[in-house]
Amino acid sequence: MSQATKRPPGRGLSSRSDDVFRTVIIGLSLVIALIFILSIYQLATVSWPTLSTFGLDFYTGRTWDPVNDVYGAFSMIIGTLVTSLIALAISVPLAIASALFIAEYSPKWLAGPVGYLIELLAAVPSVVYGLWALVVIAPKLAEWQLTYFTDPAKLETYSACQELWLQGTSSFQCFFVPSAADGRGLALATLILTVMILPYTASVARDVINLVPRDQREAMYALGATKWEVISKAVLPYARAGIMGGVLLALGRALGETLAVAMVIGDSQAPLTSLWQNFSTMASVIANQFGDAQQELHRSSVLALGLTLFFMSVIVNVLARIVIKRLTPEGIK
Amino acid sequence: MTPILVAKDVDIFYGDFHAIKKVSLNAEIGTVNALIGPSGCGKTTFLRSLNRMHDLTPGARVEGTIQVDGQDIYGPGVDPVAMRRRIGMVFQKPNPFPTMSVLDNTVAGLKLAGVRDKNQLMAVAERSLRGAALWDEVKDRLHMPGMGLSGGQQQRLCIARALAVEPDVLLMDEPTSALDPASTAKIEELMSELKKVTTILIVTHNMQQAARISDTCSVFLNGDMIEHGPTEQIFQHPQDKRTEDYVSGRFG
Amino acid sequence: MSAVRQDVVALRRSAPAISPARRLTNALMGGLISLGTLLVVAPLILIFYYLLTTGLQALSPEFFTQTPAPLGETGGGLKNAIIGSITMLSMASVIGILVGVAGGIFLSEYPKHPLMPTIRMLSDVLAGIPAIVMGLVVYGLLVLRFGFSGMAGAIALGFLMIPIVVRTTEETLKLVPRATREAGLALGLPRWKVILQIVLPAAAGGIVTGIMLALARVAGEAAPLLFTAFGNNTVTTNLTEPMSALPVEIFKLATSAYETDRQLAQAASLVLILLILITSLLARYFSSPRKYRAK
Repeated sequence: MSQATKRPPGRGLSSRSDDVFRTVIIGLSLVIALIFILSIYQLATVSWPTLSTFGLDFYTGRTWDPVNDVYGAFSMIIGTLVTSLIALAISVPLAIASALFIAEYSPKWLAGPVGYLIELLAAVPSVVYGLWALVVIAPKLAEWQLTYFTDPAKLETYSACQELWLQGTSSFQCFFVPSAADGRGLALATLILTVMILPYTASVARDVINLVPRDQREAMYALGATKWEVISKAVLPYARAGIMGGVLLALGRALGETLAVAMVIGDSQAPLTSLWQNFSTMASVIANQFGDAQQELHRSSVLALGLTLFFMSVIVNVLARIVIKRLTPEGIK
Repeated sequence: MTPILVAKDVDIFYGDFHAIKKVSLNAEIGTVNALIGPSGCGKTTFLRSLNRMHDLTPGARVEGTIQVDGQDIYGPGVDPVAMRRRIGMVFQKPNPFPTMSVLDNTVAGLKLAGVRDKNQLMAVAERSLRGAALWDEVKDRLHMPGMGLSGGQQQRLCIARALAVEPDVLLMDEPTSALDPASTAKIEELMSELKKVTTILIVTHNMQQAARISDTCSVFLNGDMIEHGPTEQIFQHPQDKRTEDYVSGRFG
Repeated sequence: MSAVRQDVVALRRSAPAISPARRLTNALMGGLISLGTLLVVAPLILIFYYLLTTGLQALSPEFFTQTPAPLGETGGGLKNAIIGSITMLSMASVIGILVGVAGGIFLSEYPKHPLMPTIRMLSDVLAGIPAIVMGLVVYGLLVLRFGFSGMAGAIALGFLMIPIVVRTTEETLKLVPRATREAGLALGLPRWKVILQIVLPAAAGGIVTGIMLALARVAGEAAPLLFTAFGNNTVTTNLTEPMSALPVEIFKLATSAYETDRQLAQAASLVLILLILITSLLARYFSSPRKYRAK
């Protein structure tokens, strides 16, 4: 084949087809931006009645009363924060432990299966966690909670606490006394949330720990470090930015986790007086009340919770970027 | 003279692969000993057995005896952690700890051992950084990240880090292969000073470097040590034909 | 000179060995790490044990062939939910793949475009939006105007798939060596042909993996469907009608007072989890060659 017969395609033609292709690709990519903008627009317009009626009181008000059409989201914001932060506090050390086990301790034949099991945790649907918590865990908790009503000594504690609770207050001790014996409530929701967010931190932590160069570990070993010292002084500091990213990813998941929490938390907007009481989170209120919300203001208030969750997740995402950037040591990218 | 390091009939296996075959080597106190040979000949593998780094590689096995200062480092009851403290190591690529400052990098080994006294740490840091010919360049930025230094400075920081724990033996695994010629020259210069305080075993693929800096030379080929002797003899009057071929650049 | 060195050696010999506290911490942390791992894995094993022991009992041919029994009667199955899930997931995939792969191509192949950083950031942000919020958005966009429909549910699920597909597509495309692209361009092929005929096929495995992972993720979601697809007790594949899905049925049945409903929920959970498992195993299969991962 001679050079003359195989001429390069016409320059004009090729660049025009390239333009068309690029336009299509960019057009489809702009759908992503469109979804984002439409989300804000939709949520903002439908939450407007609530936000204009209550203003900032919507966030500080402690009363959520559909009967009298008064909506203050304070207690469910607290519910979201308490469940998420406690779940995070318990799950992060466990998740990092499992990541270290896979990357540093486990023999090769065990690392794969354990890693896969942890990834499976993320694949279990929210409703299945809820079902399991409701059918298996709640009755066990209820059994223990019942002792506060059958054991005379414990009943005395319970009665003393109940008096406080009726006044809408609590004490440190009473905070850990169950207020009813149905198993469901804040504690169960937090427990199930803990399990659900474990795999996010765990798999991110495992990935970044595996990326720590071998010579970082060896340099620490060569200085006469024990295995734990290698991990705590060389591996974890090197991987800290990535691990924090995983923690914030898990926090984002926890804030927005809906159905498992909605199924077990008890959907109550009473003031927080006991770790075991029925309570609610922003997401659980959306799931439990949106379908039944008839009045415009009630519906609008539920959607305002959605708007708030939306911005919370955006903030966590932005925070994650800043933290990762600041924690990443100079010289590793 | 007394040998500080005595390796006798060392065999190393990776699973079924026989990587090092019956290698014996003595290193005298205060000498620079070069391990040379074509790539894949096992010189790095041998070096890493001298501070039990192979303990960290699943499937790797070391046989034979290696004594440092009279103590069998693979002997029963020897804790590899305590043992490694007496044998420093410098790696192929500079690897300062990225989250630590220049100062913290230098005294990382001392801090492991529980030294907390600020003055003592500072004194050791200065001595080690001077030992690594880095002090004048970093004395004003001891609290800056170690990763902020140039490649050659980073490698000298790693040398300072190894010196800080006062090792009996310093293992260097091609310490200049990732550096530019000027930084390489600086580290080569440093060698003659370093051997006043410790004993060096250095792996290098650069024969000129071995000829310039070492007192003895060991030539490795396919897992065997084919020749060992004073550097001058290895380069001027090699006993083994293969050594002659190698040092004259006929292979490798 | 030698005398000095003798001093140093003597000094070093007196250096303390590893202190008992360091040894103890080392052993303790090793134990805690193993224990922690056990705690992480335990819930999964308990859940599978629970689902296998209870779900298998409730699983029968009727589960796949019948619709839920009318209120008060026992028996019945979830054919409506199975068909609904498959229909909506297929439609969601169309949206997720179309926008997701295009977005991935944009981020990987047009890195200098001024919109690139914005799209990347918005895609990341979108990945973090809670599924229930996406349900509310689609409710406002579509349901308020056209009522509950399978289409609204599919769109909500599709929106959730997009960021996952974008990310895996971008990452896989970036693994295709530059030389491959340059070879194509050097042949005189226009850029779009190089992307579609050389780069995309080379990255196909990773992109399929991303799509499967996204599917596995949204297949278990009920939250975005509650206010969009709503649920339907009859079998339908008409996307303009309300539609049921397995996770939605599990949510409704789990909170029901009837024991038979709960059994149905357990059977549905087992089926759903197996479907998700198969999907994620397939995803692993497609990613296994890892042609461009090595080195």
